[in-house]
Amino acid sequence: MLTHDDALEAQITQWRSWLRRRPAISDSDLEELEGHLRDLVADLRAAGLAADEAFLVAVKRLGDLDAVSREFAREHSERLWKQLVMAKNADGEPSGSRAHEATVVIGLAMAAAAAIKLPELFGYPKIGSGDGFFDSGTFYFPNVSLFVLPFLAGYFAWKRRLDRLGCLRLALAFAAAALAINALPFTAGGHTQTLAALHLPIALWLAVGIAYSGGRWFDGSRRMDFVRFSGELFIYYVLMALGGGVLTGFTAVSFAAIGADVEWFAQQWMLPCGAMGAVIVGAWLVEAKQSVVENMAPVLTRLFTPLFTLALLALLVTMAWTGSGIEMEREVLIGFDLLLAVVLGLLLYAISARDVQAPPGAFDALQLLLVVCALVVDAVALSAIAGRISEFGLSPNRVAALGENLVLLVNLAWSAWLYARFLTGRGPFAALERWQTGYLPVYAVWAAVVVVAFPLLFGFV
Amino acid sequence: MNISKDLVAASAAPLVLAILADGDSYGYAIIKRVGELSGGHLHWTDGMLYPVLHRLERLGYVEARWAKSESGRRRRYYRITRAGQAHLKTQRRQWQVVDATLREIWMESSLVPAGWRPLSQRGVEATC
Repeated sequence: MLTHDDALEAQITQWRSWLRRRPAISDSDLEELEGHLRDLVADLRAAGLAADEAFLVAVKRLGDLDAVSREFAREHSERLWKQLVMAKNADGEPSGSRAHEATVVIGLAMAAAAAIKLPELFGYPKIGSGDGFFDSGTFYFPNVSLFVLPFLAGYFAWKRRLDRLGCLRLALAFAAAALAINALPFTAGGHTQTLAALHLPIALWLAVGIAYSGGRWFDGSRRMDFVRFSGELFIYYVLMALGGGVLTGFTAVSFAAIGADVEWFAQQWMLPCGAMGAVIVGAWLVEAKQSVVENMAPVLTRLFTPLFTLALLALLVTMAWTGSGIEMEREVLIGFDLLLAVVLGLLLYAISARDVQAPPGAFDALQLLLVVCALVVDAVALSAIAGRISEFGLSPNRVAALGENLVLLVNLAWSAWLYARFLTGRGPFAALERWQTGYLPVYAVWAAVVVVAFPLLFGFV
Repeated sequence: MNISKDLVAASAAPLVLAILADGDSYGYAIIKRVGELSGGHLHWTDGMLYPVLHRLERLGYVEARWAKSESGRRRRYYRITRAGQAHLKTQRRQWQVVDATLREIWMESSLVPAGWRPLSQRGVEATC
């Protein structure tokens, strides 16, 4: 049986770990508050209260933790920002492992940056020289995801302590991808190679997701976390790219002012190495500070859902008014696929940020309207694609666009159905979430089909 | 009698400074002293004292140091600085003006609450 003092210590420990999660309260504040709590408990016990009574009264007197930490936050707002780089883990991870993690991250980022420069040693053309970084047909464009995603997957495999079998599977997946993209006899710069290069990162992102989930890929909430992670990483990456652009421009201009030409350095080193390393660093920032930008993707979703709905409605009205169909150029096809992808993204982030328990609201109705508009627009686009295929026959680009369209269409159609059921009170919101997380592998499988099966089907054109 | 939140917030800084002017102290003792001085009427949420102390520290009115307490635990002791004393002086003048004005009005309208006596007659010297 526990003595009173042991029970009291346990309660104080619990109270302390509860308070430690508040980012505005530092370790030193915590010690000060704990000292106060202990003095108070001691006085109350001296006045005749039992240990547990004294603890309850003392905690009550210290005040509502939310209000107190809000006061601390007001006085120490800078601490909330410091969190961005010096994250204190919610689980109270010791700072030693945090420093260790920073070392691992910097090591991996530098490895990814070095990897992109490595092929030059083996006689491949210099990256950033001559034809651009993303020119198809060169070695780099199809392979770019293979220079960075294995390191990203490696980071998560390390962080989540993935078992040996899981690591082996990941390694095999990346090796198979490298083999497929490099060993298949593509026509350099041909359609199937370009398609494969565009789809390989999508397929490999699944491997990153499996590493992210630490082997628990079949857990729906882990998948939703991965969706959130992807969105936050994208936002961080864009922010870092903006900063990198400013840095590059500043470097170029200031060195030009003293008559030194450093453009080659910026193009061959800063840009490619920075682009690779930033993926790893961005992933680390998302991991380290899940609560600072966490709300960014949902906020953007809230902002753009009404605007995209309006744009789609206007498009539909104009099409009906003028009676004009869609001209099926290749760019237009890709444009419609992107539109569906954006709508799907808006839907995904709205779902990921939504409280599953909350009753249906106006925003849900708006989401449904957006999805229905996208479906109508897409039906028009699909008929145009079908017409073009029957007229000109199958080509890798048309089939890829058609396939993407179908993959997205199936998802959105079923989402609309589930959303409608939810809005009319005939189904739970969780069904929608389950549908979305369950659907995630479909994208990767389709992308893998485009990478591997298309070249074989269409003769590597 | 519960003193309103705004009044508590406004008087917190001068009270803390005034208590520290009597001698170095730490959070829990300051709270206890406030309780004694006000006869239990001025009630603070204990946790709220620390943000106040940290603000005074940031403004340079107090300085803090860690020291061992008699129980062996570390404790953060606060001491008033020269700037703090100067600030307390101006605060004191301002509060005296407010106090005198209110007193003037309440004398005239004879709204003096029953049992009201100046602090000095309660055996508690206004600290400073």
